[in-house]
Amino acid sequence: MKSLLMTTMIGALCAGPVFAGKAFISNERGNTITVVDTDTWEVETEFFAGNRPRGITASPDGSKIYVCASDDNLVRVFDAVTYEELPSLPSGPDPELFILEPSGKRLYIANEDDNLVTVTDTETRTVLAEVPVGVEPEGMGMSPDAKFVVNTSETTNMAHFISTEDYKIKHNILVDQRPRYAQYTADGKRLFVTSEIGGTVTAMDIAEDGTPEVIGKISFEVAGVQPEWLQPVGAKVTSDGTRLFVALGPANRVAVVDAQSLEVLDYILVGQRVWQLDFTPDEKYLLTTNGNSNDITVIDVAKEKAIRSIQVGQQPWGVVTID
Amino acid sequence: MPKFSALLMAVIALGSFAGSAFAIDVKAAVLRVDYPVLLPISRYDLRPDDLGFAGAALADEDNGTTGSFLGHTYETVTRAVTPEDAEMALGALLDQGIRLIVVQSNGDDLARLTDQAAAAGALVFNASAPDIALRDDQCRANLLHIAPSNAMNADAVAQFAVWKKWDEWFLISGSNPEDVALAEAFRKSARKFGAKITEDRVFEDTGGSRRTDSGHVLVQRQLPMFTQQADDHDVVIAADGTDFFARYLSYHLWTPRPVMGSGGLVPTTFHGAHEAWGATQYQTRFEELTGRYAKPEDYNVWLALRVIGEAVTRANTAEPDGVRDYAVSDAFELAAFKGTKVTFRNWNGQLRQPILLHDGKITVSVSPQEGFLHQTSLLDTMGLDRPESRCTAFN
Repeated sequence: MKSLLMTTMIGALCAGPVFAGKAFISNERGNTITVVDTDTWEVETEFFAGNRPRGITASPDGSKIYVCASDDNLVRVFDAVTYEELPSLPSGPDPELFILEPSGKRLYIANEDDNLVTVTDTETRTVLAEVPVGVEPEGMGMSPDAKFVVNTSETTNMAHFISTEDYKIKHNILVDQRPRYAQYTADGKRLFVTSEIGGTVTAMDIAEDGTPEVIGKISFEVAGVQPEWLQPVGAKVTSDGTRLFVALGPANRVAVVDAQSLEVLDYILVGQRVWQLDFTPDEKYLLTTNGNSNDITVIDVAKEKAIRSIQVGQQPWGVVTID
Repeated sequence: MPKFSALLMAVIALGSFAGSAFAIDVKAAVLRVDYPVLLPISRYDLRPDDLGFAGAALADEDNGTTGSFLGHTYETVTRAVTPEDAEMALGALLDQGIRLIVVQSNGDDLARLTDQAAAAGALVFNASAPDIALRDDQCRANLLHIAPSNAMNADAVAQFAVWKKWDEWFLISGSNPEDVALAEAFRKSARKFGAKITEDRVFEDTGGSRRTDSGHVLVQRQLPMFTQQADDHDVVIAADGTDFFARYLSYHLWTPRPVMGSGGLVPTTFHGAHEAWGATQYQTRFEELTGRYAKPEDYNVWLALRVIGEAVTRANTAEPDGVRDYAVSDAFELAAFKGTKVTFRNWNGQLRQPILLHDGKITVSVSPQEGFLHQTSLLDTMGLDRPESRCTAFN
């Protein structure tokens, strides 16, 4: 207990001179966004975010928060400072997860019920394209050069590589059952796709022209936990490409993986049904949303230890942080 | 129309890159045998005309979307027939060259249809018959079971009862052969999980008091009398495979107790309110396509065709032997909105699957229950396990 307190204090001290960072957590069942101060780890406020808010992201300058309001069939937009609602974006039906290109212009949205990826212009608030993909599209990743968007389809079990130039699918890679999330390394040379029911993470090497090649699969094993409960969902890679963190759903753990050798190094115990992850912008902390315990866990990235948990809204789903 | 154009575009997209996939046109059939039955106790249980077939339509869409990226197409024909016409209908399907057949029928008809299919080298998927013998000494090499057996359903209920520490049971069974078979499965489950049947009674099917304007009046007088003076019990277990009395038991018992089995809390593969593990997406797709809620039969047929789709996608085969071999291999796994992968028991061709416990509105619990362990798979705590099964067709 004492050491935990110390860690927190040191953490707080180190973060001293920077402006207060914030984490925005979408609460799927509470229909709200909880705002957490990432210096004090206090809940600042909670505001209405639309019906069934899930995927959540921020504009590159951190001024706007985008959230998939799944049951409203649109993307709601909020001012990151005042939390005022701004005009919504068209998303196509049942948006679940999305990814914003680095320029902040185009938003790529997975429409779970319609087997589509919708491309929306965030400035003109118009739909630029609809790309047909496999059944139940969910995970959305983007190559750092913004040339490819990767969508995972949960029932087709593929990663679809969509060119951002012509919105055509250039590659389809079969992965294990129920792929949930796609995450590139910062250098764009590797891609990880999590498979919830397959219980694995597929690792691919990405060639210069964006062509993927499967190089291996990561499996998980925790003593005393039924293998069926080890269900990889959210994933994040450190920007130096050394560590991959994988949320394991009902196993209530985040796996720490050597992103190069694909060896699983450790498991960090977090809240119940851990779903999505996001680093703080300085990458000191990794936040996890825990859907069944209605909290988030803060992981110290360097120490690879959970340092605290914070109660948020009902059934937290996604998380995004800003400076 | 948007769906169609979306599919078309995907097919065009496929043309733009060289794949290693081979074009396969998958043809399958669903053969449903309709029996003369009385109306169900509840209108909610009325059988829609497209029962099961709706699941096939959804499966064709789902498989077809995946297939559009690989050069595979899926077409499933559906036939509803009387028991007398079943053989002829199957013959006609086999004559069309169809070798993958999903059958919705009772166990006896399933056995003879499976043998007829075997002569033509066809593979059969059982979407409804719960008979234990067909997973045991009466198993067939060309028969895979999607539907759970009576043993699996009874074990699903028993595990929940034991988890609740309701280990003294009052078993009430009907008098029809299906009821008797189900009652035997519950007796076996009680022994397997250490529950005790303190009272065991048969409720005779005399053909009366089914759903009528005054039905509840008779029921309210008859059932308390029928259930009085029973030995101490925690729960009433109903074995009513023919749906003639179990739904009436709740609230009409002499001693107030929860009801499970064929009434009260009922084991099922799926229902229209199941939402966990992404099932909401299945429900919305199904409802958009069919305009009604999904029934377990729809889900079972959908799942059978998804097994075929998975074999085609992963093993590049739509041949009956190829599909069967892949399905029972260690490589096979399938996500089925149950929170864990479903696989086949390679000793009797039965699909391993979690079983939902449904109160008519919501999923109350899902078996297997916490704490019931197994060296191979937790799912093998339900139904015939390898050492008990006398099936040799898969050796």
